[in-house]
Amino acid sequence: MFRLEPRASAPLLWQVATPVMAVAATMLAGGVLFALMGHDPVAAIGTIFWDPLFGAASGYSRPQLLVKAGPLILIACGLAIGFRAGIWNIGAEGQYIVGGICGAAVALAAHPAEGLWIFPAMVAAGLLGGWVWGMIPALLKNWVGASEILVSLMLVYVAQRIAAWMAFGPMRNPEGFGMPGSRNLQHYPPAANPELIAGTGIHWGVVAAAVAVVATWVLMSKSLRGFHIRVAGLAPRAARFAGVSPGVMVAFCLGLSGALAGVAGLFEVAGPAGQITDSFGTGYGFTAIIVAFLGRLHPFGILLAGLLLALTYIGGELAQLMLGLPAASVQVFQGMLLFFLLAFDILTRYRIRRRPRA
Amino acid sequence: MTDLVWLLLTASTPILWAALGEMVAERAGVLNLGVEGMMITGALAGFAVAHATGSPSAGFIGAAVAGAALSLIFSLVTLVFLANQVATGLALTLFGLGLTAMFGKAYEGMKAPAMGFDWVVWMGLLLVPALWWWLNRTRAGLTLRSVGDNHDAAHALGTPVRLVRLGAIAVGGALAGVGGAYVSIARVLQWTEGMTAGAGWIALAIVVFAGWSPIGVLAGAALFGGVTVLQLRAQAAGFHLPVQLLAASPYIATIIVLVLISAQHKYLRRGAGAAPGSLGQTFHPDT
Repeated sequence: MFRLEPRASAPLLWQVATPVMAVAATMLAGGVLFALMGHDPVAAIGTIFWDPLFGAASGYSRPQLLVKAGPLILIACGLAIGFRAGIWNIGAEGQYIVGGICGAAVALAAHPAEGLWIFPAMVAAGLLGGWVWGMIPALLKNWVGASEILVSLMLVYVAQRIAAWMAFGPMRNPEGFGMPGSRNLQHYPPAANPELIAGTGIHWGVVAAAVAVVATWVLMSKSLRGFHIRVAGLAPRAARFAGVSPGVMVAFCLGLSGALAGVAGLFEVAGPAGQITDSFGTGYGFTAIIVAFLGRLHPFGILLAGLLLALTYIGGELAQLMLGLPAASVQVFQGMLLFFLLAFDILTRYRIRRRPRA
Repeated sequence: MTDLVWLLLTASTPILWAALGEMVAERAGVLNLGVEGMMITGALAGFAVAHATGSPSAGFIGAAVAGAALSLIFSLVTLVFLANQVATGLALTLFGLGLTAMFGKAYEGMKAPAMGFDWVVWMGLLLVPALWWWLNRTRAGLTLRSVGDNHDAAHALGTPVRLVRLGAIAVGGALAGVGGAYVSIARVLQWTEGMTAGAGWIALAIVVFAGWSPIGVLAGAALFGGVTVLQLRAQAAGFHLPVQLLAASPYIATIIVLVLISAQHKYLRRGAGAAPGSLGQTFHPDT
């Protein structure tokens, strides 16, 4: 049989090859799944991965690519920093929602004032809201050692309930004829986050995502803090001996990823979503976890992975429209992708050798 | 009064089953964060089988099989491909939620068949002493614990570590499946997308709260049943808090309990048992 020999370092070839293999395997497995459900697998895969970019409706869907990729990349950059340090923030969805609520609160409080200060204040509120929501698990972890995985995840459900409360209660649009949901910020120019260049889908959140990619790269590859983060993840004891405080590390990683998720929520509520509703969280915070892994926790990888997963969102909507595929098939795709990614990673970490016959 | 006790029991049952299953897996050293995914899969599979056969009991068996089947993916990726358990468990939850949303559309709006004798509640209660006895008083239970506490030592003694873990993960999946099916078949009586609403995550927290003991799991599940019942009562009584915020109370209670338990471990250095030594670590058979 075979024997696994741990590699001293991961070869670049496999680091690049395994995500590509995982995407290919997901397409294959997805095709099989569609065939089992009675759909033409080639048409389905083509509709999801090809048509949004080059198909008949690509004029509409291409800008959507950046609209969806923006929040995914922004959130995933923050998550990847924590994952590198072995700190598992899986509650980005909650931080995203709270950031959106806080940002919207500033806008709704300012309404109907005019002023250039409004949008920057909203951005600050979004950052702060997400930071606070991320710092709760960090403080509880540092204070008593409560699992940041479970606390951050529980806070997602709390945030969802708060969003529902806001939509039905304090933030309900007074001119909304009793319908749940806040005012639409797209109709309130000082607070809106519009498309900056027509036809591209670029809004402030996309700009922020681009900045986050570069900033994450600088932090992780060029700074002492980034070096400490990587050491803490690879060898926690060694990091402690080198004077890296685990508590500071936890607070930094959870706070930063929370703030990035929060500001992603703000850009969404002021732009594409437009308002706080009880279903404001649409799962970007969870998909971003897959983006971080698919991008191998590297900012440039995350950039590509974010675009690919954005493509599955748009392609999924298209497949729903054109072929009547269920909306949730995208979620299934994303779950499968993460499985394949984790499984194929064995090739980067081990050399597979034939066991000599005894 | 008996009504209230019954309400408490039925509210605790899904979490009790799921948490007992996860406890078995964790005692074997496996941290499976896919409980929520296995529960929701059990909820749909159980509902589908119960609906097709007209028998809730058949539904629960179908849910156990479905939960165990889904857990096999986790076993394959973590035991054969040696992937990180945290990430793989997360993938299992995302996959389960997506899969059920996809196949569940056909079952929306249907009614579950009427339940006769509610044996799931009683069997859940019986499982508590049974699992305690099995873990602490049988050779098989000892083997399972040895694998969880130190997989390298167990391996050196010739214990088939991966086989034991495969079994423990499957038991965890089966019990989570039944717990999920209890939500759809016995409590809500229909299928809705994402209906387990975080119960799987609460179950994971309860295993920590319980100090990895079956009796502790029972206490934890009862506590959360209590919070749920209180919350529903408060809603019905027109308590002066928005309904949405009351609905957040089980999740907040989970955080509070986690903090209290962790604080007890940290400051008093006693209380509920410690985590299994090899929990969450990947077992490398060749090194």
